[in-house]
This record gives sequence, structure tokens and C-alpha cells, in this order.
Amino acid sequence: MSDVLPIDVKIADPTLVTDDPNAESYLINFGPQHPAAHGVLRLVMELDGELIERCDPHIGLLHRGTEKLIEHKTYLQALPYMDRLDYCSPMCMEHSYVLAIEKLLGVDVPRRAQILRVLWAEITRISNHILNTGAHAMDVGAMTPIIWLFAEREQLYDFSERVSGARMHAAWFRPGGVHQDMPAGLAEDIRAFANRFPKMLDEVQGLVANNRIFKQRNVDIGVISAKDALAWGFTGPCIRASGIPWDLRKSQPYEIYAELDFDVPVGKNGDCYDRFMVRIQEMRESMKIIHQCLDLLPETEGQPVASLDRKLVPPSRGEMKRSMEALIHHFKLYTEGFHVPAGEVYVATESPKGEFGIYLVSDGTNKPYRCHVRATGMAHLQAMDFLCKGHMLADAPAILGSLDIVFGEVDR
Amino acid sequence: MSHLPAIASHDAIAAQAVALLGARLLEQREAAGELTLLVARDSIVEVLALLRDTPELAFEQLMDICGADYPERPERFEVVYHLLSLRHNRRVRVKLSTDDSAPVPSVVSVFPVAGWLERETWDCYGVLFAGNPDLRRILTDYGFEGHPFRKDFPLTGHVELHYSEEAQAVVYAPVKLKQDFRNFDFLSPWEGMLPGDEKATPQQPGEPAAVERAK
Repeated sequence: MSDVLPIDVKIADPTLVTDDPNAESYLINFGPQHPAAHGVLRLVMELDGELIERCDPHIGLLHRGTEKLIEHKTYLQALPYMDRLDYCSPMCMEHSYVLAIEKLLGVDVPRRAQILRVLWAEITRISNHILNTGAHAMDVGAMTPIIWLFAEREQLYDFSERVSGARMHAAWFRPGGVHQDMPAGLAEDIRAFANRFPKMLDEVQGLVANNRIFKQRNVDIGVISAKDALAWGFTGPCIRASGIPWDLRKSQPYEIYAELDFDVPVGKNGDCYDRFMVRIQEMRESMKIIHQCLDLLPETEGQPVASLDRKLVPPSRGEMKRSMEALIHHFKLYTEGFHVPAGEVYVATESPKGEFGIYLVSDGTNKPYRCHVRATGMAHLQAMDFLCKGHMLADAPAILGSLDIVFGEVDR
Repeated sequence: MSHLPAIASHDAIAAQAVALLGARLLEQREAAGELTLLVARDSIVEVLALLRDTPELAFEQLMDICGADYPERPERFEVVYHLLSLRHNRRVRVKLSTDDSAPVPSVVSVFPVAGWLERETWDCYGVLFAGNPDLRRILTDYGFEGHPFRKDFPLTGHVELHYSEEAQAVVYAPVKLKQDFRNFDFLSPWEGMLPGDEKATPQQPGEPAAVERAK
């Protein structure tokens, strides 16, 4: 395969050339355009027959320089870049970023905003897990789950559109709270979804969980022990599948997670099957959280959904029509932006894929001095070589699918 | 700020880390509830191994390595390591400084996850890591020149790609902007200069603003 590549690429990429004329193994390119690669991933694999001897993921094909761009934007202008990191769970990406800003600013967030943030973080988690479990099942040959589940996922995007105006790139979490309150009737529709969805989940699980083909493709494939999972920087469902009950929502609770009642599903074997099942079970737990958040919402009805500090959160449009001060605040916020005191913080939240951290350095001006994104998928993808070694070529898509990789986040 | 991730206090481990690291520790800082340890560049492997293997600290996971560029400093780059202890539910940040020629010892032997993170720091900032077995570029294109996250690297870059009919291939050309790059600087020049301005006293990270404090 390597001979179809342009000559200059060959020179720049030493992995493509093997000097040993007696080499038994051969190299193939998996990707960069491959439906099972979940994006633009190029896997250079060294195979011996059908056994993977070495697997070298080449990433960066979707690198957009997000971190550099953020340094040239004000804090608010940089927020929408977060949606474009992990575009399958946009609101969870915004979450770490706004928490990092709020930590530097020392600002409080009203209770209603906290409930709404948790509600939408969980809706996003379900939407992300639907994509991953569906695509994973499809990668190993089951077509039905993804079609059934995507019909439900469409509903979640409709909800997202109703609350923020955008299906995917919501930019709805803002420093100090959320952009606007939910429209009337949305809570009831989310409730109806949360009542209906577990049945669908049962049906999907019934299709694959005991299916012989699905189990043959996943059980004992890509096993990683708890010790190795720690060393390779695994987080989220991937580390929980290896038997470590670690969930930032429980261990370092933020927003209102501390007062919510939910369980953390944990796997035993750390294989592809466990990672899949942990995600299925997490959707059920998210459903519990959604019900609890919806129960909490009525008691904060009519309360603000963002901080009332006008140096941080813009006034309402109605207020701007009547108050000169409000108009000035609005003008200042959307031109100069707000200043963040000098300092550095690292804030991590439990995104659907695992620990998503933002390391934010401020120099006291209106723009971040440095904003580093701790991408969950990067650590997981790095372990591909470790996980694939000795497996068959056909196991690579199963392992890749079970790691839940999204390249917007890995490449940044 | 009850809505932020709840992390245990660092008081107990700060003193211990000082005793443990000894001369390797150059400075320790605590701001916004986060502990930062500045260490000597050459001792980073020992430091991370000590932090991981001491049972009272037990920072088993290396979460992140990233660079930061401060061109005005004599050693312009900072390399920042974020560690997490699952057993004690704590985080710590370890930092060191370097320039574009002095190599930083690689910590791949302590944490295998460091491999790609160091590659990324090398790619973006040009910080060298001695002992990393695979220090190739990772995020930028094959054959890319320069280190894009340095503060002196322009946001628009130096080259752009286009398809050339003549060469029948995708080729690089010097970047040509259709309009000038607009860098709006809305930073108020008057901030902190007016008499009685509450912003004259700089706000501390994690502390409410002066207006809020006065209430």
C-alpha cells in the first residue's frame, strides 16, 4: 500500500519504510479515511499474517490549533471552540472551560443554573454514549442498534436546539451560568423521553448483550488491567471497565452532583465487552440524574439562570432598552470582555469519555494567556499499540470503538 | 464557589512534599486551592517517581503534560505536569522551566502515558525531551517546520496548502491573506489608572472582585 503515497511523504515518515529485506511482516495503512476509524485516524499497522505486531496511530489530521486560537480571543469568544473539540458531547466540553474561568474569577453560580448544567451534561452524556455504543456495535457487525438508537438521539438534538438554538454547537454554558432558561414545555418533553428511553435501551441490550457473534468479537478483546489502565492515563468508562470505581462526579463532585443519587457502574475484566456494558449502564444512571434534576427544577422556577454580576454576564435585552448602565455593560462585555485575575487553574470534569481538563493561565487581561486542553481520547488512543498487540486485524476496529475516540478532541 | 470540583486540602501533603523532595524543590505555591511545585529540570524523573511511590502521596496517574511559552523569561518555556492521586483524591501540579536547547529528561519510564504528551509538547513548543524513544511530531503535518504554539509564531502560520494543477498534487505555498489579519485589541488603556477605581487593586485568583468584597 505504501507505494501509492507521494514520495515526499515517504521521506518525512520513517515508519513507512522498513530496511529489512527479509522482514516477514508487512505494513498496512488503516485510514486516514476509514469508516471504522471514527474520524480521520491513520493507523500504520505492522502485521504478521493477520496478527498485529505493532500499531502506530498517526493523529493530528484534524488539528486546528484550538489552543492557539483561544489565546487570540476573549474568554467569551473562545467558548464556542470548546463545542468543536468533542463534537459528540459539546456541552460537557464547555463545562470544564466555564468552571475554570469561574474558579479564577471566584464567582458564584445560581442554583438553577447548576441544576440546568447537570441536566444538560447528562443529556449530552446519553447522546454521546448512544453514538459510541451504536457505532461500536456496528463496527463488530450489528446494524440494528445504531439505527434504533439514532432515532432517539435525534430527539436529544431537538431538545438541544430548543434550549440553545443549535443542535450540536450549543455554546449554552456561559461563565457565570447558562445562556438562557429552558423554554416552556421542554422539561415535560425531556421527562417523556427519560420515561420512554430505558425500554429502548433494554431492547438494544437484549439484541447484543448475549449475542454470540457480539460476544466473540468483544469478550477478552483489548484487555487492560487496572494497573495498566492507571499507567496509561485511562479515565472515565475505560478505567471503570477495568474495575476501578473512579468517577469525578462522585469523587470530586461539582455543581449539584453531591446531592444526587446515582451509581457508578464498574466492569471486571477491562475488555471491549465491559467497556460497552459500562456505557450502557451509565445511560441508565444518567436517566436517574435527569429525573432528579427535573424534580428539582420547579422549586427554582423564575430564579436567575446566570450570575447577576453585570461585569461578567450581560443584562437582558429588555433591560438594555431602558437602562443606560445595562447598555454600557453589554457594550463592554462584547467588545473588551471581562478581565480574569492573573493565575493558573486546572479544572477537570467527568465528560462522557473520561476526565476532560482545562489548564487555564491568565495574565490578568481579557484574553487567556494559555489554555491547554487535557484531551481524554489522546491517552486512550495512545494505548492502541498496547491493546492491539497480538490481536487479529479485525479486532482493531472493536478496540478502537470501545475506546470512544473523537478526533475533534484528540487533535484539538 | 460551592459548585467547583471539591478537592481535599493540600495542607497535609505540602509539608511532606517539601521534606521529601528536598533540594529538588525550588519553590512551592498554593493558589486557588491548587498546589504547584516548581522543581529542578534534571530531577523531574525522580520527583515524579517519588510522588507516585510514596504511599502518603500516591499520585498514580499522570493526567497531562503541557508547555507554556513566556518569551520574556531567561528560560522561556515551562513544562507543566498534572498528577492525580486516586487513593487520596488529590491533584498536584509540577512545573519546570527550560529553553529551546536544554533537554528535559523524559518521564516515559515512570508513566508510559507521557510518550505522546511529550511528543505534543515537542511539536508545539520545541521543548526537547531526552530519553523519549519516539520524539516525532504528532499534531502538525508531516514535514512541518517550526513550533506553532510559541508566542512568536504567527496565528496564520507561514505556509498554506492548495491543489496545484501543474504538479497534480497538493503543494505548500507561502501564506497569502485575502485581507489583513485583524487583531482587535479592546483592552482598555484606562483601567486601573483612574482615582478611586476599584480595579486598581488587582483581584487575586479565586477571590471575589473588590466590588464584591466591599459589599
